[in-house]
Amino acid sequence: MVEKKVMSGSEAIALAVKLCKPLVLPMYPITPSTLVPEKLSEFVANGELNAQMIYVESEHSAISALYGAYATGVRSFTATASQGLALMHEIIPIVSASRFPAVMFIANRALSGPLSIWNDHSDSMSERDQGWIQLFCEDIQEAFDTIIMAYKIAEKENVSLPIMVCADGFILTHVYEPVQIEEQEKITDFVGTYNPKDFLDTKNPKTFGAFAQPNTYFEFKEQVQDAMMEALKEIKNVNEEFGKKFKRKYGDGLIELIEMQDAEYALLIAGSTIGTAREVVKDLRKKGKKVGLIKLKSVRPFPTKELILASKKLKGLGIIDRHISLGYEGALCTETKAALVKEKVNVTGFIAGLGGRDIDRERIRHAFDLIINGKEGVWLK
Amino acid sequence: MDKELKSKDGVILTKGAVIREPGSTKKYKTGDWRTFKPSIDQEKCIKCGKCWLNCPDAAIYKDKDGKFQINYDYCKGCLICAKVCPVKAIGFVVEEK
Repeated sequence: MVEKKVMSGSEAIALAVKLCKPLVLPMYPITPSTLVPEKLSEFVANGELNAQMIYVESEHSAISALYGAYATGVRSFTATASQGLALMHEIIPIVSASRFPAVMFIANRALSGPLSIWNDHSDSMSERDQGWIQLFCEDIQEAFDTIIMAYKIAEKENVSLPIMVCADGFILTHVYEPVQIEEQEKITDFVGTYNPKDFLDTKNPKTFGAFAQPNTYFEFKEQVQDAMMEALKEIKNVNEEFGKKFKRKYGDGLIELIEMQDAEYALLIAGSTIGTAREVVKDLRKKGKKVGLIKLKSVRPFPTKELILASKKLKGLGIIDRHISLGYEGALCTETKAALVKEKVNVTGFIAGLGGRDIDRERIRHAFDLIINGKEGVWLK
Repeated sequence: MDKELKSKDGVILTKGAVIREPGSTKKYKTGDWRTFKPSIDQEKCIKCGKCWLNCPDAAIYKDKDGKFQINYDYCKGCLICAKVCPVKAIGFVVEEK
Protein backbone atom coordinates (compact mmCIF):
# COMPACT_ATOMS: atom_id res chain seq x y z
CA MET A 1 0.00 0.00 0.00
CA VAL A 2 1.28 3.43 -0.92
CA GLU A 3 0.84 5.68 2.04
CA LYS A 4 0.92 9.41 2.44
CA LYS A 5 2.27 10.57 5.77
CA VAL A 6 2.84 13.99 7.25
CA MET A 7 6.46 14.24 8.31
CA SER A 8 9.39 16.63 8.58
CA GLY A 9 11.88 16.93 5.75
CA SER A 10 14.65 15.32 7.78
CA GLU A 11 12.45 12.33 8.66
CA ALA A 12 11.44 11.89 5.02
CA ILE A 13 15.09 11.96 3.93
CA ALA A 14 16.08 9.43 6.60
CA LEU A 15 13.21 7.20 5.50
CA ALA A 16 14.25 7.42 1.83
CA VAL A 17 17.81 6.48 2.82
CA LYS A 18 16.54 3.54 4.87
CA LEU A 19 14.52 2.28 1.90
CA CYS A 20 17.71 2.30 -0.25
CA LYS A 21 19.35 -0.01 2.35
CA PRO A 22 22.82 1.46 2.88
CA LEU A 23 25.19 -0.74 4.90
CA VAL A 24 27.43 1.90 6.51
CA LEU A 25 26.34 5.20 8.06
CA PRO A 26 29.22 7.36 9.31
CA MET A 27 27.54 10.25 11.07
CA TYR A 28 28.46 13.46 12.80
CA PRO A 29 25.27 15.33 13.53
CA ILE A 30 25.08 19.02 12.65
CA THR A 31 22.21 21.48 12.64
CA PRO A 32 19.94 21.43 10.67
CA SER A 33 20.44 17.89 9.34
CA THR A 34 20.77 16.47 12.89
CA LEU A 35 17.44 14.72 12.66
CA VAL A 36 18.58 12.68 9.64
CA PRO A 37 21.28 10.72 11.55
CA GLU A 38 19.00 10.65 14.61
CA LYS A 39 16.21 8.95 12.67
CA LEU A 40 18.65 6.59 10.95
CA SER A 41 20.17 5.57 14.29
CA GLU A 42 16.64 4.77 15.49
CA PHE A 43 16.06 2.57 12.44
CA VAL A 44 19.33 0.74 13.14
CA ALA A 45 18.60 0.43 16.88
CA ASN A 46 15.10 -0.98 16.44
CA GLY A 47 16.22 -3.43 13.78
CA GLU A 48 14.42 -1.83 10.83
CA LEU A 49 17.71 -1.15 9.06
CA ASN A 50 20.61 -3.57 9.00
CA ALA A 51 23.51 -1.11 8.80
CA GLN A 52 26.66 -0.21 10.68
CA MET A 53 26.28 3.20 12.28
CA ILE A 54 29.68 4.84 12.93
CA TYR A 55 29.65 7.74 15.37
CA VAL A 56 32.68 9.74 14.25
CA GLU A 57 34.46 12.66 15.92
CA SER A 58 34.06 15.21 13.09
CA GLU A 59 32.68 15.69 9.60
CA HIS A 60 36.21 15.20 8.25
CA SER A 61 36.06 11.70 9.75
CA ALA A 62 32.49 11.16 8.53
CA ILE A 63 33.47 11.67 4.90
CA SER A 64 36.71 9.71 5.42
CA ALA A 65 34.73 6.77 6.82
CA LEU A 66 32.28 7.11 3.92
CA TYR A 67 35.28 6.84 1.59
CA GLY A 68 36.45 3.75 3.47
CA ALA A 69 33.01 2.17 3.30
CA TYR A 70 32.86 2.67 -0.46
CA ALA A 71 36.39 1.29 -0.82
CA THR A 72 35.03 -1.94 0.66
CA GLY A 73 32.33 -1.84 -2.01
CA VAL A 74 29.15 -1.15 -0.06
CA ARG A 75 26.36 1.40 -0.45
CA SER A 76 26.61 4.04 2.29
CA PHE A 77 25.32 7.45 3.31
CA THR A 78 26.10 10.53 5.37
CA ALA A 79 24.56 13.96 5.88
CA THR A 80 25.93 17.36 6.76
CA ALA A 81 25.56 21.11 6.31
CA SER A 82 27.45 24.38 6.36
CA GLN A 83 30.68 24.29 8.42
CA GLY A 84 30.43 20.51 8.46
CA LEU A 85 30.62 20.40 4.68
CA ALA A 86 33.46 22.92 4.75
CA LEU A 87 35.39 20.64 7.12
CA MET A 88 34.84 17.77 4.66
CA HIS A 89 36.35 19.81 1.84
CA GLU A 90 39.73 18.07 1.88
CA ILE A 91 38.20 14.64 1.26
CA ILE A 92 35.37 15.74 -1.09
CA PRO A 93 37.45 15.66 -4.33
CA ILE A 94 39.11 12.38 -3.31
CA VAL A 95 35.72 10.63 -3.21
CA SER A 96 34.84 11.81 -6.72
CA ALA A 97 38.31 11.07 -8.13
CA SER A 98 37.98 7.53 -6.74
CA ARG A 99 34.63 7.35 -8.58
CA PHE A 100 32.71 6.20 -5.49
CA PRO A 101 28.94 6.62 -6.00
CA ALA A 102 28.36 8.02 -2.52
CA VAL A 103 25.16 9.85 -1.62
CA MET A 104 25.30 12.68 0.91
CA PHE A 105 22.46 14.88 2.06
CA ILE A 106 23.19 18.58 2.45
CA ALA A 107 20.77 20.63 4.53
CA ASN A 108 21.80 23.89 2.89
CA ARG A 109 22.93 26.48 5.37
CA ALA A 110 25.03 29.66 5.43
CA LEU A 111 28.75 29.36 6.06
CA SER A 112 29.74 31.06 9.28
CA GLY A 113 31.32 34.49 9.36
CA PRO A 114 29.35 35.91 11.13
CA LEU A 115 28.11 32.75 12.82
CA SER A 116 24.77 31.68 11.37
CA ILE A 117 22.63 28.58 11.58
CA TRP A 118 20.17 29.68 8.90
CA ASN A 119 19.60 28.75 5.31
CA ASP A 120 21.42 29.80 2.18
CA HIS A 121 23.38 27.95 -0.50
CA SER A 122 26.91 29.07 0.31
CA ASP A 123 27.92 25.66 1.69
CA SER A 124 27.21 23.48 -1.34
CA MET A 125 27.91 26.20 -3.92
CA SER A 126 31.42 26.44 -2.49
CA GLU A 127 31.90 22.72 -3.27
CA ARG A 128 30.58 22.73 -6.82
CA ASP A 129 33.97 22.33 -8.52
CA GLN A 130 34.86 19.05 -6.80
CA GLY A 131 33.36 16.37 -9.05
CA TRP A 132 30.16 15.76 -7.07
CA ILE A 133 26.79 15.86 -8.80
CA GLN A 134 24.58 18.41 -7.04
CA LEU A 135 20.81 18.04 -7.17
CA PHE A 136 18.59 20.67 -5.52
CA CYS A 137 15.08 20.07 -4.21
CA GLU A 138 11.98 22.25 -4.07
CA ASP A 139 9.91 20.41 -1.47
CA ILE A 140 10.02 17.44 0.89
CA GLN A 141 8.53 14.98 -1.58
CA GLU A 142 11.22 15.95 -4.08
CA ALA A 143 13.93 15.49 -1.45
CA PHE A 144 12.56 12.00 -0.66
CA ASP A 145 12.43 11.10 -4.35
CA THR A 146 15.82 12.63 -5.14
CA ILE A 147 17.59 10.46 -2.55
CA ILE A 148 16.18 7.38 -4.30
CA MET A 149 17.07 8.68 -7.77
CA ALA A 150 20.52 9.72 -6.54
CA TYR A 151 21.61 6.15 -5.71
CA LYS A 152 20.49 4.98 -9.13
CA ILE A 153 22.22 7.83 -10.99
CA ALA A 154 25.44 7.62 -8.95
CA GLU A 155 25.76 3.84 -9.37
CA LYS A 156 25.37 3.87 -13.16
CA GLU A 157 28.56 2.34 -14.61
CA ASN A 158 29.21 5.29 -16.91
CA VAL A 159 28.61 7.84 -14.13
CA SER A 160 30.18 6.40 -10.93
CA LEU A 161 30.23 9.77 -9.23
CA PRO A 162 29.13 10.91 -5.78
CA ILE A 163 26.00 13.01 -5.35
CA MET A 164 25.03 15.77 -2.95
CA VAL A 165 21.27 15.94 -2.52
CA CYS A 166 20.70 19.54 -1.48
CA ALA A 167 17.59 20.81 0.30
CA ASP A 168 17.15 24.12 2.07
CA GLY A 169 17.98 23.84 5.77
CA PHE A 170 15.06 24.59 8.12
CA ILE A 171 12.82 25.61 5.20
CA LEU A 172 12.62 21.97 4.12
CA THR A 173 14.34 20.00 6.89
CA HIS A 174 12.12 21.26 9.71
CA VAL A 175 8.85 21.77 7.87
CA TYR A 176 6.09 19.14 7.94
CA GLU A 177 4.47 18.17 4.66
CA PRO A 178 2.51 15.19 3.40
CA VAL A 179 4.93 12.76 1.72
CA GLN A 180 4.03 9.82 -0.43
CA ILE A 181 6.07 6.91 0.92
CA GLU A 182 6.70 4.24 -1.67
CA GLU A 183 6.82 0.53 -0.97
CA GLN A 184 10.13 -1.11 -0.08
CA GLU A 185 9.80 -3.67 -2.87
CA LYS A 186 9.29 -1.05 -5.57
CA ILE A 187 12.24 1.03 -4.36
CA THR A 188 14.54 -2.00 -4.14
CA ASP A 189 13.51 -2.94 -7.64
CA PHE A 190 14.13 0.62 -8.88
CA VAL A 191 17.48 1.25 -7.19
CA GLY A 192 18.90 -2.26 -7.72
CA THR A 193 21.95 -3.68 -6.00
CA TYR A 194 25.41 -2.18 -5.89
CA ASN A 195 28.14 -4.49 -7.17
CA PRO A 196 31.34 -2.57 -7.93
CA LYS A 197 34.15 -4.17 -9.88
CA ASP A 198 36.88 -2.91 -7.57
CA PHE A 199 36.78 -3.11 -3.78
CA LEU A 200 39.13 -3.91 -0.91
CA ASP A 201 39.56 -7.63 -0.51
CA THR A 202 42.46 -9.36 1.26
CA LYS A 203 42.28 -12.26 -1.21
CA ASN A 204 42.67 -9.93 -4.18
CA PRO A 205 44.59 -6.89 -2.95
CA LYS A 206 44.19 -3.58 -4.78
CA THR A 207 45.38 -0.04 -4.15
CA PHE A 208 42.96 2.85 -3.74
CA GLY A 209 43.99 6.48 -3.51
CA ALA A 210 47.40 6.02 -5.09
CA PHE A 211 49.71 8.80 -6.20
CA ALA A 212 49.24 10.07 -9.77
CA GLN A 213 52.18 11.59 -11.57
CA PRO A 214 51.84 14.52 -13.99
CA ASN A 215 51.61 11.96 -16.83
CA THR A 216 48.25 10.64 -15.52
CA TYR A 217 46.64 13.11 -13.06
CA PHE A 218 45.37 15.25 -15.94
CA GLU A 219 43.67 12.26 -17.61
CA PHE A 220 42.05 11.14 -14.34
CA LYS A 221 40.46 14.57 -14.00
CA GLU A 222 39.35 14.37 -17.62
CA GLN A 223 37.61 11.06 -16.82
CA VAL A 224 35.62 12.75 -14.04
CA GLN A 225 34.60 15.50 -16.47
CA ASP A 226 33.56 12.87 -19.06
CA ALA A 227 31.52 11.07 -16.39
CA MET A 228 29.81 14.38 -15.54
CA MET A 229 28.79 14.72 -19.20
CA GLU A 230 27.43 11.15 -19.05
CA ALA A 231 25.52 12.16 -15.93
CA LEU A 232 23.67 14.83 -17.94
CA LYS A 233 22.08 11.97 -19.90
CA GLU A 234 21.64 9.55 -17.01
CA ILE A 235 19.96 12.09 -14.72
CA LYS A 236 17.36 12.54 -17.47
CA ASN A 237 17.00 8.78 -17.97
CA VAL A 238 16.59 8.04 -14.28
CA ASN A 239 14.04 10.86 -13.93
CA GLU A 240 12.03 9.30 -16.79
CA GLU A 241 12.26 5.81 -15.27
CA PHE A 242 11.21 7.23 -11.91
CA GLY A 243 8.25 8.93 -13.60
CA LYS A 244 7.12 5.65 -15.17
CA LYS A 245 7.40 3.69 -11.94
CA PHE A 246 6.15 6.20 -9.38
CA LYS A 247 3.96 8.49 -11.53
CA ARG A 248 5.78 11.72 -10.77
CA LYS A 249 8.94 13.33 -12.09
CA TYR A 250 10.83 16.59 -11.97
CA GLY A 251 10.99 18.39 -15.31
CA ASP A 252 13.54 16.62 -17.48
CA GLY A 253 15.58 15.77 -14.37
CA LEU A 254 18.01 18.65 -14.90
CA ILE A 255 15.65 21.62 -15.15
CA GLU A 256 11.92 22.12 -14.90
CA LEU A 257 10.10 24.75 -16.92
CA ILE A 258 7.14 26.54 -15.38
CA GLU A 259 4.92 28.70 -17.64
CA MET A 260 7.79 29.03 -20.11
CA GLN A 261 6.02 28.24 -23.42
CA ASP A 262 5.21 31.90 -24.26
CA ALA A 263 7.19 33.64 -21.50
CA GLU A 264 9.09 36.84 -22.28
CA TYR A 265 10.65 37.23 -18.85
CA ALA A 266 11.74 34.56 -16.42
CA LEU A 267 13.60 33.88 -13.19
CA LEU A 268 16.01 31.01 -12.73
CA ILE A 269 16.06 29.62 -9.19
CA ALA A 270 17.42 26.55 -7.38
CA GLY A 271 15.84 25.13 -4.22
CA SER A 272 12.70 25.80 -2.22
CA THR A 273 12.25 29.43 -3.39
CA ILE A 274 10.71 28.00 -6.56
CA GLY A 275 7.61 27.14 -4.50
CA THR A 276 7.04 30.78 -3.59
CA ALA A 277 7.93 31.95 -7.10
CA ARG A 278 5.26 29.64 -8.59
CA GLU A 279 2.64 31.64 -6.68
CA VAL A 280 4.08 34.96 -7.86
CA VAL A 281 4.02 33.74 -11.46
CA LYS A 282 0.35 32.73 -11.08
CA ASP A 283 -0.52 36.25 -9.83
CA LEU A 284 1.47 37.97 -12.57
CA ARG A 285 -0.05 35.73 -15.25
CA LYS A 286 -3.52 36.77 -14.05
CA LYS A 287 -2.45 40.36 -14.69
CA GLY A 288 -1.42 39.43 -18.23
CA LYS A 289 2.35 39.43 -17.71
CA LYS A 290 4.15 36.83 -19.78
CA VAL A 291 6.41 35.48 -17.06
CA GLY A 292 7.84 32.05 -16.31
CA LEU A 293 10.29 30.15 -14.15
CA ILE A 294 13.26 27.92 -14.73
CA LYS A 295 13.83 25.57 -11.83
CA LEU A 296 17.46 24.52 -11.80
CA LYS A 297 17.59 21.06 -10.26
CA SER A 298 21.05 19.98 -11.42
CA VAL A 299 23.70 22.55 -10.56
CA ARG A 300 26.42 20.00 -11.37
CA PRO A 301 26.52 18.87 -14.10
CA PHE A 302 25.35 22.25 -15.39
CA PRO A 303 22.64 21.79 -18.04
CA THR A 304 23.97 24.31 -20.58
CA LYS A 305 22.08 22.99 -23.63
CA GLU A 306 18.77 22.75 -21.82
CA LEU A 307 19.16 26.29 -20.45
CA ILE A 308 19.89 27.71 -23.91
CA LEU A 309 16.81 25.98 -25.34
CA ALA A 310 14.63 27.15 -22.47
CA SER A 311 15.70 30.78 -22.44
CA LYS A 312 16.98 31.87 -25.86
CA LYS A 313 13.65 33.45 -26.84
CA LEU A 314 13.29 35.42 -23.62
CA LYS A 315 13.70 39.20 -23.47
CA GLY A 316 15.02 39.08 -19.93
CA LEU A 317 16.20 36.44 -17.49
CA GLY A 318 16.92 37.07 -13.81
CA ILE A 319 18.93 34.68 -11.67
CA ILE A 320 18.18 34.52 -7.96
CA ASP A 321 21.32 33.35 -6.18
CA ARG A 322 21.09 32.35 -2.54
CA HIS A 323 24.86 32.71 -2.41
CA ILE A 324 27.49 35.17 -3.56
CA SER A 325 30.98 34.63 -4.89
CA LEU A 326 32.34 37.59 -2.95
CA GLY A 327 34.24 39.95 -5.18
CA TYR A 328 32.10 39.11 -8.20
CA GLU A 329 28.43 38.03 -8.22
CA GLY A 330 26.17 35.05 -7.65
CA ALA A 331 27.72 31.89 -9.06
CA LEU A 332 24.56 30.70 -10.82
CA CYS A 333 24.34 34.12 -12.46
CA THR A 334 27.91 33.87 -13.78
CA GLU A 335 27.31 30.35 -15.06
CA THR A 336 23.99 31.16 -16.72
CA LYS A 337 25.51 34.22 -18.40
CA ALA A 338 28.32 32.03 -19.73
CA ALA A 339 25.82 29.47 -21.05
CA LEU A 340 23.84 32.21 -22.84
CA VAL A 341 26.79 34.21 -24.12
CA LYS A 342 25.79 33.71 -27.77
CA GLU A 343 22.09 34.46 -27.19
CA LYS A 344 20.40 37.84 -27.17
CA VAL A 345 18.61 37.41 -23.84
CA ASN A 346 19.39 40.04 -21.25
CA VAL A 347 20.68 38.22 -18.12
CA THR A 348 20.96 39.84 -14.72
CA GLY A 349 21.54 38.55 -11.21
CA PHE A 350 19.87 38.99 -7.83
CA ILE A 351 21.41 38.14 -4.48
CA ALA A 352 18.80 36.99 -1.99
CA GLY A 353 18.18 35.03 1.18
CA LEU A 354 21.69 35.16 2.63
CA GLY A 355 21.91 33.77 6.16
CA GLY A 356 18.21 32.92 6.35
CA ARG A 357 16.70 36.20 5.12
CA ASP A 358 13.25 35.44 3.68
CA ILE A 359 12.74 35.39 -0.06
CA ASP A 360 9.04 36.24 0.00
CA ARG A 361 6.53 37.01 -2.78
CA GLU A 362 7.22 40.73 -2.57
CA ARG A 363 10.93 40.27 -3.21
CA ILE A 364 10.30 37.90 -6.11
CA ARG A 365 7.72 40.31 -7.58
CA HIS A 366 10.31 43.09 -7.26
CA ALA A 367 12.83 40.97 -9.20
CA PHE A 368 10.25 40.43 -11.96
CA ASP A 369 9.48 44.20 -12.03
CA LEU A 370 13.13 45.02 -12.52
CA ILE A 371 13.75 42.54 -15.36
CA ILE A 372 10.50 43.49 -17.12
CA ASN A 373 11.64 47.13 -17.03
CA GLY A 374 15.10 46.25 -18.32
CA LYS A 375 16.84 47.17 -15.07
CA GLU A 376 19.91 45.54 -13.54
CA GLY A 377 19.61 43.01 -10.73
CA VAL A 378 19.90 44.10 -7.11
CA TRP A 379 20.33 42.62 -3.65
CA LEU A 380 16.82 41.59 -2.64
CA LYS A 381 17.27 42.73 0.94
CA MET B 1 31.40 0.16 -19.80
CA ASP B 2 34.63 0.43 -17.81
CA LYS B 3 36.82 1.42 -20.75
CA GLU B 4 40.51 0.81 -20.10
CA LEU B 5 42.04 4.01 -21.36
CA LYS B 6 45.75 4.63 -21.57
CA SER B 7 47.81 7.75 -21.04
CA LYS B 8 50.12 8.97 -23.83
CA ASP B 9 52.99 6.98 -22.35
CA GLY B 10 50.97 3.78 -22.02
CA VAL B 11 49.88 3.85 -18.35
CA ILE B 12 46.48 2.14 -17.95
CA LEU B 13 43.96 4.65 -16.62
CA THR B 14 41.58 2.56 -14.51
CA LYS B 15 38.32 4.02 -13.28
CA GLY B 16 39.02 5.87 -10.05
CA ALA B 17 42.79 5.39 -10.44
CA VAL B 18 42.58 2.02 -8.70
CA ILE B 19 45.67 -0.19 -9.00
CA ARG B 20 44.62 -3.79 -9.50
CA GLU B 21 48.08 -5.32 -9.16
CA PRO B 22 49.61 -5.32 -5.65
CA GLY B 23 53.15 -4.15 -4.94
CA SER B 24 53.30 -1.52 -7.66
CA THR B 25 55.40 0.82 -5.51
CA LYS B 26 58.40 -1.44 -6.24
CA LYS B 27 58.29 -0.33 -9.85
CA TYR B 28 58.61 3.28 -8.87
CA LYS B 29 62.35 3.75 -8.44
CA THR B 30 62.90 6.81 -6.32
CA GLY B 31 66.70 6.57 -6.35
CA ASP B 32 66.95 9.18 -9.07
CA TRP B 33 65.68 11.87 -6.66
CA ARG B 34 69.05 11.55 -4.88
CA THR B 35 71.56 14.40 -4.62
CA PHE B 36 73.85 12.90 -1.94
CA LYS B 37 75.01 9.34 -2.48
CA PRO B 38 75.94 7.56 0.77
CA SER B 39 78.31 4.62 0.92
CA ILE B 40 79.24 2.25 3.74
CA ASP B 41 82.89 1.66 4.62
CA GLN B 42 82.68 -2.07 5.36
CA GLU B 43 86.01 -2.02 7.29
CA LYS B 44 84.72 0.54 9.81
CA CYS B 45 81.21 -0.96 10.01
CA ILE B 46 80.46 -2.78 13.32
CA LYS B 47 77.17 -4.25 11.96
CA CYS B 48 75.04 -2.61 14.68
CA GLY B 49 72.17 -2.23 12.18
CA LYS B 50 71.28 1.34 13.17
CA CYS B 51 71.36 2.50 9.53
CA TRP B 52 69.07 -0.39 8.52
CA LEU B 53 66.67 0.43 11.35
CA ASN B 54 66.53 4.16 10.67
CA CYS B 55 66.41 4.24 6.86
CA PRO B 56 62.95 5.76 6.13
CA ASP B 57 62.77 4.04 2.73
CA ALA B 58 63.96 0.56 3.82
CA ALA B 59 66.71 0.99 1.22
CA ILE B 60 69.40 -0.66 3.41
CA TYR B 61 69.55 -4.43 3.52
CA LYS B 62 71.77 -7.19 4.89
CA ASP B 63 73.46 -9.22 2.17
CA LYS B 64 74.21 -12.95 2.34
CA ASP B 65 77.58 -12.29 3.99
CA GLY B 66 75.90 -10.29 6.78
CA LYS B 67 77.10 -6.94 5.43
CA PHE B 68 74.81 -3.93 5.30
CA GLN B 69 74.36 -2.61 1.75
CA ILE B 70 72.47 0.29 0.16
CA ASN B 71 69.88 -0.30 -2.54
CA TYR B 72 70.49 2.68 -4.83
CA ASP B 73 67.24 2.03 -6.76
CA TYR B 74 65.35 3.43 -3.78
CA CYS B 75 67.90 5.40 -1.68
CA LYS B 76 66.89 9.08 -1.90
CA GLY B 77 70.10 10.29 -0.23
CA CYS B 78 68.59 11.71 2.96
CA LEU B 79 71.79 10.74 4.86
CA ILE B 80 69.93 9.72 8.05
CA CYS B 81 72.10 6.57 7.91
CA ALA B 82 75.29 8.66 8.04
CA LYS B 83 73.89 10.72 10.92
CA VAL B 84 72.98 7.69 13.10
CA CYS B 85 76.14 5.64 12.38
CA PRO B 86 77.99 5.46 15.74
CA VAL B 87 81.40 4.77 14.12
CA LYS B 88 81.10 7.22 11.19
CA ALA B 89 81.38 4.39 8.68
CA ILE B 90 78.95 6.06 6.24
CA GLY B 91 80.25 8.84 4.05
CA PHE B 92 78.76 10.47 0.98
CA VAL B 93 79.55 12.19 -2.28
CA VAL B 94 77.51 14.72 -4.26
CA GLU B 95 76.08 12.77 -7.13
CA GLU B 96 76.29 14.50 -10.49
CA LYS B 97 74.01 13.30 -13.27
